[in-house]
Amino acid sequence: MKRWLQCILFFGALAGVWEWLVRAGVWPPTIVPAPSEVFRYLVDSVADGTLLGATWVTVRRLVLGYVFGFALGHPIGILIARFRFFKDTIGLLALGLQSLPSICWAPLALLWFGQTETAMFFIVIMGSVWSIMLATDAGVRHVPPIYRWAAMTMGSRGLHLWAKVILPAALPFIVSGMKQGWAFAWRSLMAAEIYVTILTGFGLGHLLHYGRELHAMDTVLGIMLVIIMVGLATDKLLFAPVERFIHRRWGTARA
Amino acid sequence: MNSTNQTAPGTAVKLAVENVSKTFRMRHGIVHALDNVTLRIHEGEFVCIVGPSGCGKTTLLNIIAGLETPDTGRVLADGKPVTGAGSDRLVLFQEPALFPWLDVMGNVMFGLKLKPNLNNKERRDVAEFYLRLVGLEKFMHANIHELSGGMKQRVALARALAPNPRVLLMDEPFGSLDALTREQLYGDLQAIWQKRPKTIIFVTHNAREAACLGDRVVLLSARPGRVREQFQIQLPRPRDINSVEVAKHSVEIIHALKPHLTTDIESAAE
Repeated sequence: MKRWLQCILFFGALAGVWEWLVRAGVWPPTIVPAPSEVFRYLVDSVADGTLLGATWVTVRRLVLGYVFGFALGHPIGILIARFRFFKDTIGLLALGLQSLPSICWAPLALLWFGQTETAMFFIVIMGSVWSIMLATDAGVRHVPPIYRWAAMTMGSRGLHLWAKVILPAALPFIVSGMKQGWAFAWRSLMAAEIYVTILTGFGLGHLLHYGRELHAMDTVLGIMLVIIMVGLATDKLLFAPVERFIHRRWGTARA
Repeated sequence: MNSTNQTAPGTAVKLAVENVSKTFRMRHGIVHALDNVTLRIHEGEFVCIVGPSGCGKTTLLNIIAGLETPDTGRVLADGKPVTGAGSDRLVLFQEPALFPWLDVMGNVMFGLKLKPNLNNKERRDVAEFYLRLVGLEKFMHANIHELSGGMKQRVALARALAPNPRVLLMDEPFGSLDALTREQLYGDLQAIWQKRPKTIIFVTHNAREAACLGDRVVLLSARPGRVREQFQIQLPRPRDINSVEVAKHSVEIIHALKPHLTTDIESAAE
């Protein structure tokens, strides 16, 4: 309760000082609009449907690309951990491509797929797949052999051994890789949406871009706020429960 | 399979270790862990393997379990060569090796869930029975990291006993427990072994523990491990570790053990 109060007071004060600085004329409203202006923009754009529409377009791209990236990266990560051949080939490729910011794929993606959803999809996959792959590999490799042995002498083998022992044991690694993949995908998608006009749908990045073009700073700040909210919400809804489970079971320090 | 049976006439040979040798290549050189070890263990027998630390006891146990392969020789279980690990030869390791992603109950249930002839209610009952036996029924839903070292090892014991394996391979399982708990578990282990007959190989460096638990005590020499002597312990059960009879046998074992404590150190350091 006390922590909530502190939180509300802090952000209330921040907004208050900001509002005052604009109203007192210290900051020109064309460069830094007051929080009340940003709030009015948000209310209006929710009312006319542009904001929710754009959020939906962006989140759909992100989720589709991420799910596909996981479906691809996770099994290949297992193969890399399991077979030397995959480690020396795809493993090396993944290591190289993980260091490449996936927005660098944008020129090629546009050339290959045009200004379409597919290009966005491709960029999101390239952002997430390598992190997930490498984290799965690292997680599986770090499973203490004694867990495997203990399970084997209790009659576990093959698929059961993977599903019930190796992957659960690797869970902390896998989840941190998934978080990293998510962050990479999210950043790349935003960069791509700001940088490229996609004809098939208007995302949050595009709204931000047009806000700048029209010099509507209330739009720019409002969209930035929404982007932050989407990021926070996914963290709280998607990753926080799994991380809580890991902290509780493994007894690791709370983040 | 025929064999000369020196302990329990009429019972079959459950495990046969035939001329097993094993060397490890380490960074500082080659370690001869086991040298031509031959052992016959009968159905329902409780065999303790005693030897100085580093004599290859654990390696021998892992080879019998099928977790490691011998360089030469072989292991037969029920007359068939051992090629890998299986639930018919369950191992209780020196470290608890509990799964941190499961709670205490989940760990004890792990082996039980791999037994298709039980339903879930029966599995839960069995798991609870063994948790009560090791005195941890109140910690059923505790996380592994919340337990002390001794409690972890007791959970591991419950997990190993619950599926009622035909062969139980125990690698110094009570080393980390306090003396009181250990003495209580000596009694419980003997009681379970009598109620649910199984073949047990129990590795230890504690001669008294071996004399208290074993029908037979096998003495391994220092590295490379060789079978030096075997002792039959024909005392009535349940045996008390503090009894004079157990002490007598343990003194005998310790005397036989002493000359081997310092041998072969030069060869191990090569």
